[in-house]
Formats: sequence, C-alpha cells, structure tokens
Amino acid sequence: MYTYTDFDAAFVAERNRQFRAQVERRVDGSLTEDEFKPLRLMNGLYLQLHAYMLRVAVPYGTLSSRQMDQLAYLAEKWDKGYGHFTTRQNIQYNWPKLADVPDMLDALAEVQMHAIQTSGNTIRNVTADHFAGAAADEVADPRPVAELVRQWSTDHPEFQFMPRKFKVAVTGAENDRAVIRAHDIGLRILERDGVIGYEVLVGGGLGRTPMIGKVLHDFLPEEDLLPYLESIVSVWNEIGRRDNKYKARIKITVHEVGLEEIRRLVEERFELVKPSFAGVDQDHFARIKAQFEAPDFVQKSVGPFNEKYNDDPIFRAWADTNLTAHRAEGYSIVSISLKAHGATPGDATAEQMRVMADLARKYGHDELRVSHEQNIILPHVHRSDLPAVHAALKQHGLATANINLISDIIACPGMDYCALATARSIPIAQEIATRFDDLKLEHDIGELKIKISGCINACGHHHVGHIGILGLDRAGVENYQITLGGDHTQTAAIGERAGPGFSADAIVPAIERLVDAYLDHREDRSETFLQTYRRLGMAPFKAALYPEAKSVAAE
Amino acid sequence: MPKPFTPKVVTANHLLLGDVIYQTRDGWTRQLAEAEVLTDEAHADLRLIEAAQQTGEVVGAYLADVDTSNGTPAPAHFREDFRAKGPSNYAHGKQTELN
Ligand code: HEM
Ligand code: SF4
Repeated sequence: MYTYTDFDAAFVAERNRQFRAQVERRVDGSLTEDEFKPLRLMNGLYLQLHAYMLRVAVPYGTLSSRQMDQLAYLAEKWDKGYGHFTTRQNIQYNWPKLADVPDMLDALAEVQMHAIQTSGNTIRNVTADHFAGAAADEVADPRPVAELVRQWSTDHPEFQFMPRKFKVAVTGAENDRAVIRAHDIGLRILERDGVIGYEVLVGGGLGRTPMIGKVLHDFLPEEDLLPYLESIVSVWNEIGRRDNKYKARIKITVHEVGLEEIRRLVEERFELVKPSFAGVDQDHFARIKAQFEAPDFVQKSVGPFNEKYNDDPIFRAWADTNLTAHRAEGYSIVSISLKAHGATPGDATAEQMRVMADLARKYGHDELRVSHEQNIILPHVHRSDLPAVHAALKQHGLATANINLISDIIACPGMDYCALATARSIPIAQEIATRFDDLKLEHDIGELKIKISGCINACGHHHVGHIGILGLDRAGVENYQITLGGDHTQTAAIGERAGPGFSADAIVPAIERLVDAYLDHREDRSETFLQTYRRLGMAPFKAALYPEAKSVAAE
Repeated sequence: MPKPFTPKVVTANHLLLGDVIYQTRDGWTRQLAEAEVLTDEAHADLRLIEAAQQTGEVVGAYLADVDTSNGTPAPAHFREDFRAKGPSNYAHGKQTELN
C-alpha cells in the first residue's frame, strides 16, 4: 500500500493547521460564513439538514486495517458510533461538531488520511475498481495510476477554482466495476502487443443531464498520461461554462463543443504542456508502483473451504453470492455486504468497522476496500480461511448473502440528511430489501441493481440502475420516478423513464410488479432482469407498472 | 385581494453544533413549537434580516412556512418536518435529544 512521503505528511499537517486556524477565526467572528464556507468545503466539511457532515476520502477505495480502526475511532469519539460509505469511495460522518473537526482531521492524518478535495470545484477523490490488485480479469492494478493522478491533482494551483467539480475513475479491467463511463474522465488500462496504455473517456456524468463518457483517446501511451490529463482539464477550465452551474460540467462542454473539437483543442494544448513534464512524473510513477506490490500469497490446502461448503447451506449461499474469482490460486475476493435487510445501505457501526479491520489483519493481508456499491471488500482471502471469516461476519450482522441482488441497493442519504434532497431514499431502500427478503425471492431473481437518489443530483446513481428510483417533491409530497434499463458497467446505459411517479406508499408494490413481470417474461433463470429488458423493451414492464392504463386502453 | 400570507418562522443551523434552530422573540430555540410565528410579510422580512446579521451564531437563516392550525407552529412541508425531528432511519437528532 502507498505510504506517505515526508512531503505528503507535511502537506496534510500544514493544511490541518490552516484549517484549525480558520475554524478558530470563524468561531471568534473574524470570518463570516460567506468567507468560511469555501474554506470548509475545501476540507470536506458540509452543513447538512441536522448537523455538519465530514466527508473523508478513501483514495481509490483502499484502506489498511489500521486506517479502518481509526475510522471506527472517529465514529465513536466524534460521531454517533457509525459512518456512511458512499458511491465515491468516501466515508461520511453525519454528526460532527464544528469545533471537533480539526481534531478529527488530525486523527485522520495519524493514519495518512484526509478530507482534502472531497468537495468544492476541484478534482475529487480518484476512484478505482474495488477489486484492484486482486481481480482475475485485470490487465494491471489501477491504483498506482489513481495515486499518481491524486498527487498531481491535489492542490494543483491551476485547478482549485474550476467551473465545477471534476471526477476521475480508473479501472484496469475490461469489466468496469468503477463506473468509469459516468465520470468526467474515465481511464481504462489496456495492453496492446505487450505495451500498456490507456483508453481515455471524457464527458460522462450523472446529475440532471446524464451522459455516458466518450472515447477521447483509444490508446494513450503510459508516459503521456499526466500531460494529457492536464491538457483536458486545462482546456475545460478555460472554455467550460462558468455562467451556469448546471452547464458547467465537462459533459456539457463536450456536448456543446463536440468531441472532435475537444480532441483538437486537447491535442493542441498537449503540445504545450508535454515538455514541462520531462519524465519526472514517470520516475515518480515507478516509485508509486513499487508500493503496490502484491502481498505474499500463501499456498495451502483449500480443504476446509470445501468441507464447510458441502456441509453448511448458509455458508454455501454466502460463498456463491459474495465471493469473486481472485487472480492468485487458492484465493477469493470477499464482498462484505453493508446491506443487511432493513439496514441503511452503506452504514457501518464502529464495532463492525473494527471487526472488518481485524479480519483483514488476520486473514486478508491487511487490506480492505470500499466499493462504489457501498460495500466493503476483503480483496485477498485464502479460501481455507473463509469459514472463519464468515463466522465472524455472521456474529456482527455482516454476513448477508446479497451482493448484486435486489437488496444490494445503492441509496444516497436523501432527505434524511441531505440539505439538497427533494425526497427520502434510505427508507425506500430499507422497505424494498425487507419486502423481498420476506418473499424469499431474491436469489431466484438473481442479478438486479436498484439505485436510489433523493434528488436530481443523482448521487445514488439511479440513472445507471437496472431499476433507478428518483425521489422528487411533487406539490409538497414525496414522489418516486422509475427508470429502467440503466447499466453502470462497460456496457453503460442511461435508464429510460417508465412513466408517472409513485407515492412513497406505492413505490414498493410498483417494484414488486416490475419484478413479477420480469419473472414472467424471462426465458430462463440465466437471463437477468437487464437482459430481459433489453430483449423486450419497456412495454411489458410499463404494463406491469401501470395496469390501470392498460385496462383503460383496452376499453 | 392580495394572496393571504402563510405564517412563517425564521430557522437556521447553529454555527457550532450545526443543528436546527428557530428564532424566538428574544433569541433562539431548538423546538419549533417555541418559535416566534410571523404573520406579517414585512415583519417577517425584517426578522429574517435581523437573524441573518447574527453570523457569529447562526448559519443559513431563512423563512419556513408553518401550519398554525393547532395553536403552535408545526411544519408545513415534509422537509421542515425532518428538520424538526431528525432522520427516519435512526432515532437520532431532535426526536430523542429534546426529551
Ligand atoms: C450529503 C451531501 C451531498 C451533497 C450536498 C451532494 C451534492 C451533489 C451535487 C450538487 C451533485 C450534482 C453535481 C453536478 O451535476 O454538477 C452531486 C452529484 C453526485 N454526488 Fe453528491 N452530494 C452529497 C452526497 C453524496 C453522497 C453520499 C454520494 C455517494 C453516495 C455522492 C456522490 C455523488 C455522485 C456519484 C454524483 C453524480 C456523479 C456526477 O458528479 O455527475 N454525493 N452531488
Ligand atoms: S442525490 Fe440529492 S439528495 Fe441524494 S445525496 Fe445527492 S444531493 Fe443529496
């Protein structure tokens, strides 16, 4: 794992010292809120409905046990004993007090973590495939790239006051688990004839105008990465719309100016920028890569796994659902579900964080990951240790076997916490999960991604959910709009609106009708909801959602 | 005839704690029921300006509609209802802290 250099540590310490002084000046009245707000946002501190909210970056989703323990410590000492893991591989604390935040930041710095650039019109936390370094289908580990981009973008003098926020995601595999097509820049590591390069996507994003990223460069040489990124951001920084914040993201610039013209401008800028890099970034990149060496995988018998798998149906269901193929022999990737039926998606208590940290320490080469699907990953577990891991998870409400199933829902904080929300998201997620658990249907339904946002900003990724749910305020009442056919992977697609929205009481029955329609229409169990939707289109699902409309039309 | 003025309260977040507060005649309270109800538009605007000037104590003051049909001010919109109570997924915030 990457460890801070003296430079990194000094930089974070200095930022924390500055922020402590800024908080003091705010509290004693020397700074007004208008002056203070941009400063606190630079350090990840929001003011939400009921309290301040601190957003802490988990760069490319990677945590050590010690860092996870420290997150638990923050949750206990300065929050209400839990934290919320988000779709951008951050953790949010919902209840800090202003005067405590500098201490929280210092506590984070002790374990080489921070909240810098988790907000504001800057380049945000760089996210990556949560199976990075472990996945069997990987060309190269995306995390060194993400770390390089993080170092380049952190406090980059040209990019602190951009037209709008800017988000970068990286994957090293063909199977996109990092939603790179819904990011301002998405990077995919490729190999051609033994040479590594990058596919560079630009102009993806969700929010009120969802767009799928477009290929700006199909094979960028490795050494051109930073100058090329700098050229993209610099072109957009100059021509991006500052007059209207809804049109400020690069996706709108690409849409308005056209991909060809953007490519021309970027290439022109690249000629200017490239000489200033002179290869130092590549020396540095080599040093970063060396810090992401794979752990020493052990060779031992997987016998204990097989025995348990054959004897214990609960373990078997969990193993079948929550494990993913690992590149090392005898190993598995474990997804720990933070979606126990009825729980708040993405929340973990301090105790659960410590349990996960302990498991990583004992059985997981000291590594954990935060997934954009709001779950925690133990990337490297030997299969013989899985029975022990499962038993410990079970004791702490962490063994739900539902990864990729209907109750593995992404939900943003919504109106329960968020000042921008137009409706709640969490209770809808809780009710759907509980309902389908009662029906004992979810394993039969198979892969189905429901994603819920509490407003048009789409933090809950609803546009790319197989079933997307968007909460709105219709004349003072919560109302939920359904989109169908979204896809967050390498075959990314924006969901299509199904029709008029549903009240909070009617939304769960509506989802049930949709799922029934799928079960009726699928060719067999191997055809997923999304595949059935792609084969049949909207009509049968619409008919299920709006039975009245059908009977009226039939009259 | 001009549109009737919906009664309002001045509400904000507390600078240090970040929690929801409501303006009273002579200060601030954490209970909506104790807030000063404003029934005159010009007076409401004035009270908001006064609140917004207290930047050392309050953040983001604004006027929120209230329903006074039961005698005490109650939230007129579900957003204000959550602000007055706390989140619905945990018994956190005002719903437990005010008791
Ligand atoms: C609770 C405080 C939050 C606030 C105030 C907030 C604000 C926003 C806003 C204003 C946008 C729209 C940006 C645009 O279209 O230009 C947005 C988008 C987004 N936010 Fe949040 N958000 C919050 C929480 C979250 C959480 C909890 C997550 C992760 C679960 C998240 C992840 C995202 C993502 C993935 C997008 C859409 C991707 C994009 O930027 O196009 N946000 N957020
Ligand atoms: S989608 Fe809207 S409600 Fe949900 S967290 Fe984002 S801004 Fe808040």
